[in-house]
Amino acid sequence: MAKFHLDIVTPVKRIDSGQVHMVVVPGTEGDFGVLAGHAPVLSTIRPGVIEVYREPGAEPQRIEVDGGLAEVNEAGLTILTGDLSLTD
Amino acid sequence: MPSLKSLKTRIASVRSTQKITKAMNLVATAKLRGAQAAALAGRPFAEGAARVIGNLALNMVGPEAPKLLAGTGREQTHLLLVITSERGLCGAYNSNIVRLARRKADALLAEGKTVKLYVVGRKGRAQLVRTHGRHIVATRSLEGRKMLTFEEARTLSDDVVARFHAGEFDVAHILFARYQSALTQIPTDERLIPVRRPEVTDTARLPASIEFEPSPEAILTELLPRSVAVHVYQSLLESRASEEGARMTAMDAASRNAGEMIGRLTLTYNRTRQAAITKELIEIISGAEAL
Repeated sequence: MAKFHLDIVTPVKRIDSGQVHMVVVPGTEGDFGVLAGHAPVLSTIRPGVIEVYREPGAEPQRIEVDGGLAEVNEAGLTILTGDLSLTD
Repeated sequence: MPSLKSLKTRIASVRSTQKITKAMNLVATAKLRGAQAAALAGRPFAEGAARVIGNLALNMVGPEAPKLLAGTGREQTHLLLVITSERGLCGAYNSNIVRLARRKADALLAEGKTVKLYVVGRKGRAQLVRTHGRHIVATRSLEGRKMLTFEEARTLSDDVVARFHAGEFDVAHILFARYQSALTQIPTDERLIPVRRPEVTDTARLPASIEFEPSPEAILTELLPRSVAVHVYQSLLESRASEEGARMTAMDAASRNAGEMIGRLTLTYNRTRQAAITKELIEIISGAEAL
């Protein structure tokens, strides 16, 4: 299964999450899933929860964000957000 | 000639002062390291935001551009956000910032502009109140905060942005001490609002096929206040690092001075003691000779 690179960047620190299978992003216009090879997109995020699936079918890691920006390009997915708390 | 007793007390008091300055030096060193690390950790966000803003700003010059980016179209009222420290004993750190703020304010006033001051930090307020008291529109104190959180910066910048939208000023500058090294801090003046348009290099350009959700304008509206907050946060961290650097240097000099003073006092003490002994001996000898 193809994977892609996820980067979560906050003003306080940068969390390099490495290679992941799928990420569900709470976009302002609705949630969207990002898989490897997703078309380039720049979307705002509403306050909510990002779900990170490291493996297909695995339990997602849930990350709360207070809004921000998600950018998908060839390099992978980059999320710019504020403070975040990790809930496993 | 001071008495032996009073010399002893002086030496003890200088020695305890030296202990304090030495401890403060060590504490400042540790805090400096923390502030430096935090400033570095925030850089990727600032770079990422600058890249996106730069790209989006390219196609946005019209009236629909967000005010935070395009400005109000006037340059009449300037807000100076002056960042100083809460505590003293850090050499000329605060005076340097205040001097820059005064010069900047006076230059703007000479051009016939309106100047508003927003002072962060107790030390700067105390100094600025004397000369530019009537220009101060707001002050904020970060007293008692051990670590500077992003929330803190966010509250501060949200306040500034709200004032901007309320039409209180047209241009905002942020004045803080850029950290160069523990020995040098450079008082710096940067434009905060309107947000600077970052240069876009070819490698940082977004692909043409990119989709925007919901729209470039909406993305800028979301990103710009964050970007301002990050700018404020970075500046606060830089000035925190500068403050600790300045304190480190100041306390180092103070410890050295105390050391020299102890040396001089000990010399005087020993001489005085010697003189007293000699005097006693002379008295005994001349007493014996008289017999």
